[in-house]
Amino acid sequence: MTEAPVIEPVIEVQDLVTHFGDRIILKGITLAVRPGEILVIMGGSGSGKSTLLNHLLGLLVPTSGRVHILGQDINRISGQALSELRQKTGVAFQGGALFSSMSVLDNIMLPLIEHTHLDRMTMEIMARMKMEVVSLAGFDALMPAELSGGMIKRAALARAIVMDPRILFCDEPSAGLDPVVAAQIDDLILLLRDAMQMSVVVVTHELESAFKIADRICVLDQGEVLALGTVEEIRANPNTRIQNLLNRRIEEAELDPEEYLRRLTGQSSTKEGP
Amino acid sequence: MSVSVSNRGGAHIVTLAGEIDLQTSPQVRDAVLDSLRQGGAVVIDMGGISYIDSSGVASLVEGFQVARRQGVAFILAAVSPAAMRVLQLARLDKVFAFQPDVDTALAEGI
Repeated sequence: MTEAPVIEPVIEVQDLVTHFGDRIILKGITLAVRPGEILVIMGGSGSGKSTLLNHLLGLLVPTSGRVHILGQDINRISGQALSELRQKTGVAFQGGALFSSMSVLDNIMLPLIEHTHLDRMTMEIMARMKMEVVSLAGFDALMPAELSGGMIKRAALARAIVMDPRILFCDEPSAGLDPVVAAQIDDLILLLRDAMQMSVVVVTHELESAFKIADRICVLDQGEVLALGTVEEIRANPNTRIQNLLNRRIEEAELDPEEYLRRLTGQSSTKEGP
Repeated sequence: MSVSVSNRGGAHIVTLAGEIDLQTSPQVRDAVLDSLRQGGAVVIDMGGISYIDSSGVASLVEGFQVARRQGVAFILAAVSPAAMRVLQLARLDKVFAFQPDVDTALAEGI
């Protein structure tokens, strides 16, 4: 009898712990992203989701634990290997991170100029193909300052996918957009995954978007994975904190009067543990 | 990846095989543009392609545009479903001329 082939995850995070100074931000995160999967990382402000994303991008070094991207430990590979890995991943940053002095076309072409030796015409056609995909056709010459919020998000997505990455990271792709434009961005992410078989990691606090696009949702809370499961599993999770998040209920933080007083008077120790 | 060019029925047959990606697509571009420089119709045999990325597709787009300027046929033959998905993403399935195989392309397309 032959066994089913083992499908290696494209992203593997194991016991990830990180501090900013004395403050612990991530308290032992473990998760994996499967090929072709859309994983949505959700959580409120301060939950650690942006910090986790920065670790997945190799922008932060953890206190302990490891992050494997496409089988490589992102904190233990050479600069050359990291550069090659970055060619296989695309990132759409929350604010777009477009260069204000460059046209839309030049912004989208930038990864190709940085990482390849392709002919200029090939690069321009590739960039314009991705502009077609994100419905920015014909806006080559516009500058970022001339774009609406939705157009900036779409341009950032086009740049993120211009090299046909195996993994696409999106930081709050629909935040700050009106519902119709936000839904278009969600549809675009689904289209990209289906057509290009990309794995996608989306960080968002937009519930509607998360439920629409996610294969699985990872709920972060105070630096810990509160739940990891399909949309149905998350919806049905009885955990009060998750239900509060889903129902937008405000949760009052537990107050330790002694610790609170020390904090106000500047004598608090923010270190965790004994 | 391999690329070879032959002549049949007055057309250049550019036969592609393997993975066409950022590293290999310049060879595809060179073969396509060289064939067009010599004049005559071009058929791209894509039956042996296991993967094609946007840079490979961009090379074909550039070739197609040159062929149109020259008034010669430019046909994609034996396009796999996976390659067609890449073309469809940028709606290029509505732009290129397709035939199921090289023989049909030579018989009907040029």
